[in-house]
Amino acid sequence: MAKGRVSIVVERCKACGFCVEFCPTHVLALSSAFNSKGYHPPHVVHPEKCSGCDLCGMYCPDFAIFATKVASVGGDK
Amino acid sequence: MKADPRGVLTGTHFIDGDHACCEGALAAGARFAAGYPITPSTEIVERFASRVPTVGGTFIQMEDELAASITLQGAVWGGAKAFTVTSGPGFSLMMEHIGYAAMTETPCVFVDVQRGGPSTGLPTLPAQADMMQARWGSHGDYEIIALCPNSPQECFDLTIKAFNLAEEFRVPVMFMMDEVVGHMSEKVVIPPADEIEVVPRRHTRKSVNEYLPYETNGDMVPEIAHAGEGYKFHVTGLTHDERGYPNMTPQVQDTLVHRLQNKIRDAADRIAMFEEEHLEGADVVVVSYGITSRVAQRAIEAARKQGLRVGKLRLITAWPFPEKRIRELAANVKAFVVPELNLGQMVREVERAAAGQAKTFAVAHAGGGVHNPEDILKVIVEASR
Amino acid sequence: MTDSLNDALVNLDFNPVVNPVEPFLRSDRMPHIWCPGCGIGTTVNSFARALIESKIDLQSLALVSGIGCTGRVAGYVKLDSFHTTHGRAIPFATGLKLANPKLNVVVYSGDGDLSAIGGNHLIHAARRNIDLKVICVNNLIYAMTGGQTAPTTPDHSTTSTNPYGVFEPSFNLPHLVEAAGAVYVARWTTFHVRQLSRSISEAFQKKGFSFIEVISPCPTLYQRRNKLGDGLDAMKYYKAKSKVRHGAPTSEVGLTMTGEIIVGKFVDCDRPDYQTMMRTQYAESLGERYVEQPEMICS
Repeated sequence: MAKGRVSIVVERCKACGFCVEFCPTHVLALSSAFNSKGYHPPHVVHPEKCSGCDLCGMYCPDFAIFATKVASVGGDK
Repeated sequence: MKADPRGVLTGTHFIDGDHACCEGALAAGARFAAGYPITPSTEIVERFASRVPTVGGTFIQMEDELAASITLQGAVWGGAKAFTVTSGPGFSLMMEHIGYAAMTETPCVFVDVQRGGPSTGLPTLPAQADMMQARWGSHGDYEIIALCPNSPQECFDLTIKAFNLAEEFRVPVMFMMDEVVGHMSEKVVIPPADEIEVVPRRHTRKSVNEYLPYETNGDMVPEIAHAGEGYKFHVTGLTHDERGYPNMTPQVQDTLVHRLQNKIRDAADRIAMFEEEHLEGADVVVVSYGITSRVAQRAIEAARKQGLRVGKLRLITAWPFPEKRIRELAANVKAFVVPELNLGQMVREVERAAAGQAKTFAVAHAGGGVHNPEDILKVIVEASR
Repeated sequence: MTDSLNDALVNLDFNPVVNPVEPFLRSDRMPHIWCPGCGIGTTVNSFARALIESKIDLQSLALVSGIGCTGRVAGYVKLDSFHTTHGRAIPFATGLKLANPKLNVVVYSGDGDLSAIGGNHLIHAARRNIDLKVICVNNLIYAMTGGQTAPTTPDHSTTSTNPYGVFEPSFNLPHLVEAAGAVYVARWTTFHVRQLSRSISEAFQKKGFSFIEVISPCPTLYQRRNKLGDGLDAMKYYKAKSKVRHGAPTSEVGLTMTGEIIVGKFVDCDRPDYQTMMRTQYAESLGERYVEQPEMICS
């Protein structure tokens, strides 16, 4: 089970590509969908690889994405 | 509110206008000044630098007037009553930040001890040629209040008034001295602290969740909060709305700029201070301010001895200009005579307010000294014809 | 909203999940005006995390900015924030700090604002060792006004006011501020998100003038005009060409258009800050007559 989970605030994204590039486990890719400003926001292609490190959140200049750690079965955070 | 006695040097003093101004600031509760030396204003902050560490405040000499004029505003938002002093060249440098104070509604006092200009001009000699600059010097539409003392005693009393007006209207107040008033020594009586009225900061009583930094409740002046109190407010020089957020639309601009103007203009009658004498049945009214009013007094007395019906209107507030009073007088007098240590500045306001109902005669002087009373008398005589 | 944000990062199924940076933002003003690929927002993430790490009391934090793209940071953070005039964030911040020494005052502004029009104030505040934390986002250009040359624009770059190429030498900001007297000098890029955050936290522990330069992409002007790609290309360049050299002599950390970027903590020393020196001097000279300034809150 994934250690982390990505949340994306689609309307804030400007498709700069930082999150896709710098995710250490390549969880993300730019989607073919559009937000209302015409940008392609990222989407999660490998959710199982997310560690919840939140590097995507640290890189995102638009505060449009972040990752959180998920409590695994057994109670460890 | 009464003055804090720690800042009040109660007693009878023989000091010059610069020193009296410093004491006025301390009596008003000023505990911060940021300055930069410039003749003939420097003594004000030199005295402040010497006095303020003994009354619990701070003085910092900044690297230039650009810094001084904004450092004092940082101190205001940090909780202090603050001011700076300068003369012509420094006043010019400070203009951007005077505009910033007007835009952000930062209560503070700028003292300009006027000297000959333009440019470096006459550093040690008087003029009154910054009067229009005091009103219009920064870019954009805004209003300020300007006071003109004509004696060291007034340098004390009116400095307190300047701080009080700044707090009441959340506006930068220009204290327009001149080199003679600044450097002349006269008796200055400083009363006990409990006889001095001081206007406290219009601090909000609203809770953190309710407070909006530029919301006004009908009276046009918003309540202030200081940094460090939990309000987490934003202040910007950009056109902003009640939340303090930049909101750069014509509608917000219209609302904001009108309010900045009207908060002063609507109160112009209340703010206006002038000294009147012999205006009943006068043919000629001599309008003057600052040191020139002392010289004009001599000319007026000489004219009256000659049988001329001459009255005196001394401007204590130069801005907002007391146009209502001039308009009233214009209906009943033949002429205004306006001596100034400049080539014609406040005379334009007199002429404008008179709106052709009375004649206006300037008595210009390029600066560097004061008028000869005879020169003013000559014009009074001509105006009386 | 509590400041203990880890409490908010809870079980995804039952509780709302919050971006750690969100409590520091004026969410009602999002999305912000910065371009796609601009690095300023990235620096704000590092800043927010430094605030969390350092457990800074947000009530006592004030942020002052100048004019320019980075200057807009003040309007987007949920703190007592002041968007002042061009070049004058530092003297405003000085006044704030002197009036209320309990405040933690951060200056967050751009390279043009701080080193060109604000250059005089930069060096004097460093000289005086005023207790300010200065975050200088350096995108090597005057971005907001359309891409003019800044004192930091590297040699041979094309800008709108040097259309035939910049031929002036550019400032080496860490060198400048160290020489002026800063007690903490570091440089990172927007690629170095964690290191930047750590530096900001370290600066909060310092008393005195701390200066952190962050090299950041301006994709719309600097990158585009110099055919350097977009923001992501800049980030890849930072990743490839940055070299961490803690303690490097600041004279050696000058920048070029495509060369090595020396990053790291260059200066971390201690000397009394302005207010300490002021109090000491007054106490010595005035003795009992010295009245130390109380917190200057007007009634």
